[in-house]
Amino acid sequence: MSGARIEVIERNCKACSICAEFCPKDVLEMDVFVVKVVKPEDCIKCMQCELLCPDFAIKVHDA
Amino acid sequence: MAYDYEKSIRPGKLPHIWCPGCGHGIVMKGLIRAMDTCELDRNNTAIVSGIGCASRLPGYLDACTLHTAHGRAAAFATGVKMAKPEMTVICCGGDGDGTAIGGNHFIHACRRNINMTYVIMNNFIYGMTGGQFSPCTPTGMKASTTPYGNPDPVFDISKLAIGAGATFVARTTAAHPREIDKLIAQGIKHNGMSIIEVLDDCPTSYGRRNKFRSVVDMMKRLKKDAVPAKAAAKMTPEQLEGKFLTGVLYHDNEKAEYTEQYAALIKRVQEGA
Repeated sequence: MSGARIEVIERNCKACSICAEFCPKDVLEMDVFVVKVVKPEDCIKCMQCELLCPDFAIKVHDA
Repeated sequence: MAYDYEKSIRPGKLPHIWCPGCGHGIVMKGLIRAMDTCELDRNNTAIVSGIGCASRLPGYLDACTLHTAHGRAAAFATGVKMAKPEMTVICCGGDGDGTAIGGNHFIHACRRNINMTYVIMNNFIYGMTGGQFSPCTPTGMKASTTPYGNPDPVFDISKLAIGAGATFVARTTAAHPREIDKLIAQGIKHNGMSIIEVLDDCPTSYGRRNKFRSVVDMMKRLKKDAVPAKAAAKMTPEQLEGKFLTGVLYHDNEKAEYTEQYAALIKRVQEGA
């Protein structure tokens, strides 16, 4: 699995932590005010973060 | 790969006003995907809402939108549909807006079986007005006006809609995002009144008062308590205690649609004259 390019639109992120908690591979991690992508190479493109983000702040692109 | 939501949102409207973790954003994404699935023409789609957090939704969408009086979304939407039957009409609103203040409009729109889709975002509370209890606040839970627990029994929106005469009734939760757009798309395609009840979370007014540790805790609770309607048929009443059914709960293609009936009436009277 080659991973993915995960784009975080920081202007929209409200740090609710839903994406980080529902990520099955712990690709995302919470910083104080924004989510950070820590292990993009582990991403399996399940799209849960993009689907569950209420703030239109995460996009999963092909690597 | 990534879904292009921005093309459906009015420029410069994001970030939206909803609180961190509020499920309404997830429902809005589902609605955008459903509208794309049905290939709706945005110039010929009316999105109508009342007042409340959930009713802020049409303000973000690039379509014909109408933000109306509290609880009156179904009434205004009925007017739009009667005047322009060729338009696709979608209503959005919360549980307080739809079933308490607009309760009569809601049941009578269901009774007429007029061709529209009503997406009710049930977050169990009046969020925007200060966290008062709504008809959907579970018994015993706290709200700003029931600090010792809510003594009232609960409205089941889907059963109310079925009883009132809606012909497509479905329920899902904000924790099941793929199901949201699937059900809304089915509702838009259905010729008749479609009610899509989406249970979601209000972390600020409901979760905070009711000892939910976080937004994620509320989302996981929704996920845990949801039972697909097909699976529920094989379960005992004890197993279903405290759970709720999701998926398509009622579907009837037989009942006559209201605007078609009305057009037929006009034709009959004009020909008779």
